[in-house]
Amino acid sequence: MPDPMRIRAKIEGDRCVVRVLMSHEMETGLRKDASGQLVPAHFIRRVTATVNGKPVLNALWGPAVSKNPVLQFSFTGARPGDKVQITWVDTKSETRTDEAAITA
Amino acid sequence: MRPPAHRPGLWALALAVTAAAAMCTVAAAQEDSTSRGIERYREAVADSNPGELWEVRGEDLWKARRGPLNVSLEGCDLGKGPGVVAGAYAELPRYFADAGRVMDLETRLMHCMETLQGFNRAELVRRAFGDGERRSDFEALSAYVAAQSRGMAMNIPLKHPREQEAYREGERLFFYRAGTHDFACATCHGQAGKRIRLQDLPYLSDPADARRTYVTWPAYRVSQGEMRTLQWRLNDCFRQQRFPQLVFGSEVSVDLAMYLARNANGGILAAPGVKR
Repeated sequence: MPDPMRIRAKIEGDRCVVRVLMSHEMETGLRKDASGQLVPAHFIRRVTATVNGKPVLNALWGPAVSKNPVLQFSFTGARPGDKVQITWVDTKSETRTDEAAITA
Repeated sequence: MRPPAHRPGLWALALAVTAAAAMCTVAAAQEDSTSRGIERYREAVADSNPGELWEVRGEDLWKARRGPLNVSLEGCDLGKGPGVVAGAYAELPRYFADAGRVMDLETRLMHCMETLQGFNRAELVRRAFGDGERRSDFEALSAYVAAQSRGMAMNIPLKHPREQEAYREGERLFFYRAGTHDFACATCHGQAGKRIRLQDLPYLSDPADARRTYVTWPAYRVSQGEMRTLQWRLNDCFRQQRFPQLVFGSEVSVDLAMYLARNANGGILAAPGVKR
């Protein structure tokens, strides 16, 4: 089971700003280990965000995103108490979903 | 009559001087914009420090029943009584009567994991520093404990004679030149305003610089994607100096940590920090 994400969602002005910390190796598949063998690629491929079940973000990621990625995005129309749900799926089809309430 | 050739010569010299002055200005501006760029980057990531992921894991590790004896670390005394985590990091390293020696945070955690939870010390030392999937419990636990002293001032009174001794020994080690490169910690960290490539080198005997540096350890290293403890920092400094390997939790490592911590007295803790 992958480690949980840290999600912070806060209303700033007329937008809701969401900051997400994810715990992931994000191996590019281009790196070699100490014995000279290629380390197989293993990275987050897709990230989706929904608010109260309604999609607000859909992202396709690749190997250029850093280890333990930080994601920040904003959207309009949120109310305090709404639930932001983030899901990622990686190249091994491992997945993790976490949720946070929007604060004012 | 002298040939008029000397005049162009003088001009050339004047031009060269102007050019040199201009180059100095350019270099200063470049250095300035580089350090400002790093500062901007720090500000951008400070808000989203992946070190938080280690804090969360550290809290779970602190509370979980683990080890051969299946107990949690909540009975561990970090100096302010068993289980008291808030403010503990601001007063470490300190003398622990139950162990009969001065300990820093990581050494004390190891002591508790060994005596309370029954872990094997040699095994713990082998896993002192994390590497990708092979994670270190010390890095997560240190992040958690340090975070519970965020905003508090470093307070190392050096009351106990053993603490004074550790500080004196740490100071001696800091200036001790050895190894194939005839190096000391002070070679890099004994002067103000120095840098190596783009990294500013803190002058660790100077209270202002020591505070600025110490209060951000442990820290998330972006280039390594890992949380790193002060023990790791000292260990890597020894490697860079071509010294024999610094043993995790050894007296030498704790004495050096004590020297740095005491010099940082009064600094407001902001750990876990984030580094390049």
